[in-house]
Amino acid sequence: MSALQQAVDGEAILAVRDLSFYYGDFRGLNQVSLDILKNKVTAFIGPSGCGKSTLLRTFNRMYDLYPGQRAEGQIIFHGSNLLDRKQDVNLLRARIGMVFQKPTPFPMTIYENIAFGVRLYEPLAKSDMDERVEWALRKAALWEETRNKLQQSGLSLSGGQQQRLCIARTIAVKPDVVLLDEPTSALDPLSTAKIEELINELKSEYSIAIVTHNMQQAARISDYTAFMYIGELIEFGNTRELFVKPKQQHTEDYITGRFG
Amino acid sequence: MSSHLSKQFDLELESIRTRILQMGGLVERQLMAAIDAFNTGNIEAMQEIIRTDSEVDAFEVDIDEDCTLLIARRQPTARDLRLVMAISRIVTDLERSGDKAAKIANKSRKLHRAGSQRIPRLTDLHHCGGLVTTMLQGALDSLARMDVDAARQVIQADKEIDAVFNSILRQLVTYMMEDPRTIGEALDIIWIAKAIERVGDHATNIAENVIYTVSGIDVRHTGSAARKAEKA
Repeated sequence: MSALQQAVDGEAILAVRDLSFYYGDFRGLNQVSLDILKNKVTAFIGPSGCGKSTLLRTFNRMYDLYPGQRAEGQIIFHGSNLLDRKQDVNLLRARIGMVFQKPTPFPMTIYENIAFGVRLYEPLAKSDMDERVEWALRKAALWEETRNKLQQSGLSLSGGQQQRLCIARTIAVKPDVVLLDEPTSALDPLSTAKIEELINELKSEYSIAIVTHNMQQAARISDYTAFMYIGELIEFGNTRELFVKPKQQHTEDYITGRFG
Repeated sequence: MSSHLSKQFDLELESIRTRILQMGGLVERQLMAAIDAFNTGNIEAMQEIIRTDSEVDAFEVDIDEDCTLLIARRQPTARDLRLVMAISRIVTDLERSGDKAAKIANKSRKLHRAGSQRIPRLTDLHHCGGLVTTMLQGALDSLARMDVDAARQVIQADKEIDAVFNSILRQLVTYMMEDPRTIGEALDIIWIAKAIERVGDHATNIAENVIYTVSGIDVRHTGSAARKAEKA
């Protein structure tokens, strides 16, 4: 059965169509089609090397940084194919932001970590910028912990706080989509719970795509789940359905831990 | 079904499965013994059945705890999750069935101790006991083999038991009207017939849970459980 046309209902913010991806001669994704729905959380699960991070990295053209990597097919975002050469990649990354596995604060103050990105796109007055920084930190549930030390280095924060700072930095430029690549795999359970709580709150304003190795996390926080295997989309559907009654044997074997 | 990467997970699931089947075997023996004792008037056997009910209860507590522990430890998904949920429900149905066997023994003891000569002989009751025993065996069999077809047959069979139970009621009402002195005994027999009929309902629940485990389709309270099961 083809997983390509498996439909989910709702307005798509990203419509992926027949997407293939190549690392030189090696094909990392094979004809993937799915919709990332607006104001929903979509999780990508699958064993290492299945292509889930590769897929996430195509959504904001992260792969452009590496020669020899190329994508074929379409990813429709606001009516145009974001894979087009004409696409302004910097603008794209402001609208589709990304948070990585390891927290990556810039070696500057907490305030500047957030203001830096905003300044690239919006020339805000000092007071407006102060407001924006506070807004982003509040959204990322980090304000109370940092309000009195905005001028300290972002690197002085704990791992969980650093990750929330990265999320604040990402949403400060008011993107449409937030991509999260294993955002909690380097964090302790409490920090993880805070980030999960945050994801749940952010989805009313953003569309979220998350790659995770933690299946229970996908089950907890996502509305839709995609299971991938060796570059193919095997199953895509409602998270509720996928974890209780998956349609594909392959998915069942993976989520029940029978994968050999 | 292929095994988990974690052997320990396999062992834990298998241990729960084995014990629910042991519990089922015990309840089945209790039920057969109770129906037999009612027919023969063996007071000693009745007392033994009432004593043994605590073993059934112990199984319930034990298996329930293991299901809870397995969920906490393994976070089962998909079919594993459905199996654990089904077993924790089946455990309740088996425990209640065990209670019914004890109840049959208890009421029989009362009837026979009184040495009443007015115990109506009902062939339908005999028939009903046989049907329910077969049904419970069928349900446990479908559980052991995860056999949806066998489970469907169990669900079908419940209709006949309900019909026989109604027939028993009508006969006993007639007895009571003809000879009001039989009312006390007749009421005890109604309790026994009702207990037997309830075991049929519990066997149906077990079969429905087997269908859920295998197919993921919840056929409870659908009114046409058997028909739904066809599609499973």
